[in-house]
Amino acid sequence: MEYIIIFLPLIGSIVSGFFGKNLKSNEYIISLLVLISAILSIFIFYGVVFNDYSSNKLIFNWMSSGSFVVNWSINIDPLTSVMLVVVSLISSVIHFYSIGYMSHDSYKPRFMAYLSLFTFSMFVLITADNFLQLFFGWEGVGLCSYLLIGFWFKKPEANAAAIKAFIVNRVGDFGFAIGIFLIFIFFKTVNYNEVFAQVPLLALKEVLFLGLEFNLITLICFMLFFGAMGKSAQIFLHTWLPDAMEGPTPVSALIHAATMVTAGVFLVVRCSPIFEYSETALNFVAIIGMTTAFFAATVALVQNDIKKIIAYSTCSQLGYMFFAVGVGAYHFAIFHLFTHAFFKALLFLGSGCVIHAFNDEQDIRLMGGAWKKIPYTYLLMIIGTLALTGFPFLSGYYSKEAIIEFAYFKGSTIGYYAAFVGIGTAFLTSIYSWRLIFKTFHGKYKNKKNKINKIHESPLIMLLSAGFLGIGSIFAGFLFKDVFIGEESLSFWGSSILFLKNTLHNHPPMWLPITTTLLIILPIPMSYYLFVNNEKILNIFILKNKNFYNFFLNKWYFDEIYDFIFIKPLKRVGLFFWKNCDVKIIDKYGPDGLSRLIKNISDRSVSFQSGYLYHYAFVMLLGLSILLTYLIIF
Amino acid sequence: MIEIGLGHYLTLSAVIFSIGIIGIFLNRKNVIIILMSIELILLAVNINLVSFSIYLQNIVGQIFAIFILTVAAAEAAIGLAIIVIYYKNKGSINVESINTLKG
Repeated sequence: MEYIIIFLPLIGSIVSGFFGKNLKSNEYIISLLVLISAILSIFIFYGVVFNDYSSNKLIFNWMSSGSFVVNWSINIDPLTSVMLVVVSLISSVIHFYSIGYMSHDSYKPRFMAYLSLFTFSMFVLITADNFLQLFFGWEGVGLCSYLLIGFWFKKPEANAAAIKAFIVNRVGDFGFAIGIFLIFIFFKTVNYNEVFAQVPLLALKEVLFLGLEFNLITLICFMLFFGAMGKSAQIFLHTWLPDAMEGPTPVSALIHAATMVTAGVFLVVRCSPIFEYSETALNFVAIIGMTTAFFAATVALVQNDIKKIIAYSTCSQLGYMFFAVGVGAYHFAIFHLFTHAFFKALLFLGSGCVIHAFNDEQDIRLMGGAWKKIPYTYLLMIIGTLALTGFPFLSGYYSKEAIIEFAYFKGSTIGYYAAFVGIGTAFLTSIYSWRLIFKTFHGKYKNKKNKINKIHESPLIMLLSAGFLGIGSIFAGFLFKDVFIGEESLSFWGSSILFLKNTLHNHPPMWLPITTTLLIILPIPMSYYLFVNNEKILNIFILKNKNFYNFFLNKWYFDEIYDFIFIKPLKRVGLFFWKNCDVKIIDKYGPDGLSRLIKNISDRSVSFQSGYLYHYAFVMLLGLSILLTYLIIF
Repeated sequence: MIEIGLGHYLTLSAVIFSIGIIGIFLNRKNVIIILMSIELILLAVNINLVSFSIYLQNIVGQIFAIFILTVAAAEAAIGLAIIVIYYKNKGSINVESINTLKG
């Protein structure tokens, strides 16, 4: 069964990639293949939840050198089964959605092939039982992300965004690779079980790195987390995620909201047996997570591109997951990952429907007042927003509340601080989400180019697949909270997550959930008033705080700073080497010189061929005479 | 009175041969002259063959001369045919303008 789950998407990808143009209902076949994977992974999840199913199926031996053995394998444990369900479910929904969304695109088979290839890579990543296979999947999803962001290769922005995503991820992956090297050097193996078993023995080991003494475990954690930061778009390495929105919307939903960007969270949770032994690293993770959550929320407040708002919201929610990990609540992080996948994918699919309805308009300032025209899209977006903001009894409520409460009960400074930031960010999340809704669907219609009566509901297949996610967003939290984070959850997670400290806690004081809920509900009327009823107040406020507004609008100037610190100097260095070393030395004397020499000689020998018969005859005679003379004399 | 021997014949053939060769090289005007020069070269060879055949008392040389005459006739026929076709195509048989082999 595991083999089928993993390889169906790969088969689909190959079929679509190489033979897609000749197959008629190609996209339906592929979507069905992924759907089968999804159904089978639900079976596996069911087995894991109720029968403690676990397995490790060997695909084949990859490397075997002395005592160093690395296998391609499919390792099923509770953590993997959860990820399998998330990835395969969302992926199959988005495959079906893409059939509608990409129906006018002539490169549809290529798109479907990339999507399926991505699904396969993600499966490889989560079912790994060693760091090397994890790294393979990690790079595989990175590659697919690159290909899909740059899918509309005729748009220069799309190409630039694809390159940016790839390079920023490379920075993170560099750290990740060093982490794996460190693990290999000191543990002599990269298989999870063997590494995790040795961690307690090496917990106090100090190593010299770049001339400084580090605790080995802390160093490894930092390096691994560095990779996770890149993949999960945490602050400092987040710049690629908003740009990645240049890709088609289903891609944003699948890769840049639900699955790939959560791979970083998955990595840290998977490595919980290592992270648990390093308080420093965990605190660092928590701080980065908090900062990202807050930072992204502030930026999302003022963005005008509907997809960018949701992208920053994703960034912010990933921050939540990381600070949950940082305070030791791995299962809360995975639970939030699980619910987030549903509602964020839903939001993206909904925004895809919105963009579709408004004829490829993405600027929310040019929308508005259209909710009666597109009631289903409106409903889906409302569900997604409610779930995202953590409205009571929708999925986001359970996971987000739980994280904040857990952080509060941690009792340490970082814990309190995290809880505080978490509540603040939840408040901001609510504001920007409702701003998006009100600006898009309420108020006056502001676009003069598109007539309002041209606005139309999306095709049925798009609404249906988004609707499925809507159901997930409503019920996923309520149905699975007991399994994932309830009293019995530790026995569910079993050995896949290691908790050194006690994670059970008392019921929170009454004021905590009430405050958060209030802070989540309060912004709804508030933002309706500000963004629809009375925009003047807001405009005056913006004018008064122009500096702050610009600071947020320009994303805290991260792109500009990076441009100044890294990109410009590197460009100058590159330009120097290109112009001087490459062109003037290597090319001049290397390939270019050689070809020029050959061209010279051949030019000269060409003039020998005059085309006149008597020249040829003369040469023949000359040759004959020389030959005869030679024969006669010698 | 000078006895006309092998040497004279060979000299004659060498002279005719040289005329043929020079005819090929120096001729800048007409392809037919090249054809004629080739005939001259063949004739020079024939004279060589016949005179050696007499000198060595061996009939094979003369048989060869007959063969060469046949070949020369065939060659002249084909050569003229080619020239006619060429003229039809290009409108000129000027040697100077025949340089399509130029590299």
